[in-house]
Amino acid sequence: MADPMRIRAQAAGDKATVRVLMSHEMETGQRKDSAGKVIPAWFIQEVSASHNGKPVLSAQWGPSVAKNPFLQFNVKGAKAGDKIAVSWTDNRGDKRTDEATVS
Amino acid sequence: MNRTILVGMAALALGAGAQAQKSAADGIAEYRRMLEDGNPAELFEAKGEELWKQPRGPKGASLERCDLGLGPGVVKGAFVTLPRHFADTARVQDLESRLLTCMEVLQGLNAAGIASTPFGRGEQNNLTALATWIAAQSRGMKFELPQAHPEERKSYEIGKRAFFFRGGSHDFSCASCHGEEGKRIRMQELPNLTKNPGDGVGFAAWPAYRVSNGQMWSMQLRLNDCFRQQRFPYPGFGSEATIALGTYMGVNAKGAQSIAPAIKR
Amino acid sequence: MHKILLTSCTAAAAAALAAGCASTPAPAELDALARQVMKSSFRDEGIAKIDRLDQDLGQAACSSDQPPAPALAQQIETQALATLKWPAGGQYFGDWREGEKLAQSGRGMTWSDASAAPKDNGGNCYNCHQIDQAEISFGTIGPSLWHYGRTRGVKSLADPAAAPIVQYTWGKLWNSKAYAACSNMPRFGHKQLLDETQIRHLMSLLLDPASPVNQ
Repeated sequence: MADPMRIRAQAAGDKATVRVLMSHEMETGQRKDSAGKVIPAWFIQEVSASHNGKPVLSAQWGPSVAKNPFLQFNVKGAKAGDKIAVSWTDNRGDKRTDEATVS
Repeated sequence: MNRTILVGMAALALGAGAQAQKSAADGIAEYRRMLEDGNPAELFEAKGEELWKQPRGPKGASLERCDLGLGPGVVKGAFVTLPRHFADTARVQDLESRLLTCMEVLQGLNAAGIASTPFGRGEQNNLTALATWIAAQSRGMKFELPQAHPEERKSYEIGKRAFFFRGGSHDFSCASCHGEEGKRIRMQELPNLTKNPGDGVGFAAWPAYRVSNGQMWSMQLRLNDCFRQQRFPYPGFGSEATIALGTYMGVNAKGAQSIAPAIKR
Repeated sequence: MHKILLTSCTAAAAAALAAGCASTPAPAELDALARQVMKSSFRDEGIAKIDRLDQDLGQAACSSDQPPAPALAQQIETQALATLKWPAGGQYFGDWREGEKLAQSGRGMTWSDASAAPKDNGGNCYNCHQIDQAEISFGTIGPSLWHYGRTRGVKSLADPAAAPIVQYTWGKLWNSKAYAACSNMPRFGHKQLLDETQIRHLMSLLLDPASPVNQ
């Protein structure tokens, strides 16, 4: 399984700001190695986030997203103690889900 | 996402003619500020913390008894006192060579083998993660390298001479780029490392995550790549010259705040 | 603890007779130690061999935060001047378009470069200099070369009045230390970083009235 995501969720007023750092190579499939062979594409295709189990975000990514991608979003109505879960699936079918508590 | 922003900045930079200098530099500074939130160095920090606490190697021990200069297991504040002299090894060591000592003595791992492993492979990755985490524990603190021991003072003097040593096919020394105020190479500003270049600059900015190649760079790797571009032969990992240069830069940076692990272009 | 101090004492003893055991060695001894440290801390890698750390007179003299004494500086410059090789057939010029490409390229001579042949090297010029004003990504380690030929009154390359500047420029590119003992600029011709043809192209970039540098 891939390295864990780093998730920070901070409540301020009527929303929480969630920051996620994902560990992923995000290989575009355009690069060649020193032998001239194409390095196969390997990138996150789907990202989803939930607040206390309820889906709040869904995204489709492509090869233009950089390595070790950073994602930031706000969740309306999230308070301290609530659970935020973030999941990704990549083009190889690998998945990862990590969770954080809103502080 | 990041790439789109970079292209946008580049377009902004190339637009204006004679005014381009200020706006290109401003554009790059803005791009760097935008990168500060969500530094991928945090991923390496998290890994480093795990590795510090994890029992590993033939001796099945963690690194929690490792003495980084402030006593066994004391991590907070250690980074900003390195390089320094260690009684048990009777020499001045920087963070990475000290980690090698602890990995061998406490865990039974092969220090020489790790030192000869290329950057980015095997145990070198673990070393980088550990260095990143240890540096993070001193974030915001000011450099205060000890110079009480004669070996520490000697290390400074050797480091200074190494800094000014001209060699290689191009006659470069560290001082060729880092010996003067207000210079830059292409668009990359060059800190003057013969004195304190300020908070979070130069020695106070490494380890750092380099966005351009998606790599976490420790000071040993930073020095290694400097020497490569100076057209020098290959510096040994944790060699005396590299440690002495750390002493020279670290002592010069006395009072400067560390921002390590930082983020760079 | 005592053992370490004793070692330092022994090392320092020869150079610092009067000083106490806790002192640092004298400057001359530190110089020798530093040279040893440099030699023992590096190894061969690719085309970058350890002999690259064998310093010649100029390199050694300029390896300090203090400039060399005037007499020594003069000696270095004289020696460097003697190494200048003028181009075959008195042909100083080439194609400024090729010169611009060379100026843009920072390639060559590192341990990650496969070949040490000049044809595989760049001039590294924009790393340190402004040259064509259209290029905003330039360094400031060396002076601006914008309008190089124009500022020096070069109206035509064949003009005899331009001969001194033509020769100086060739000399500077061939061995920069001929004019400044501790110049930061590499010795492109003398160290075989670039060949005659490549230097001709750079000459045109700088001096040809048709070059964008002189518009």
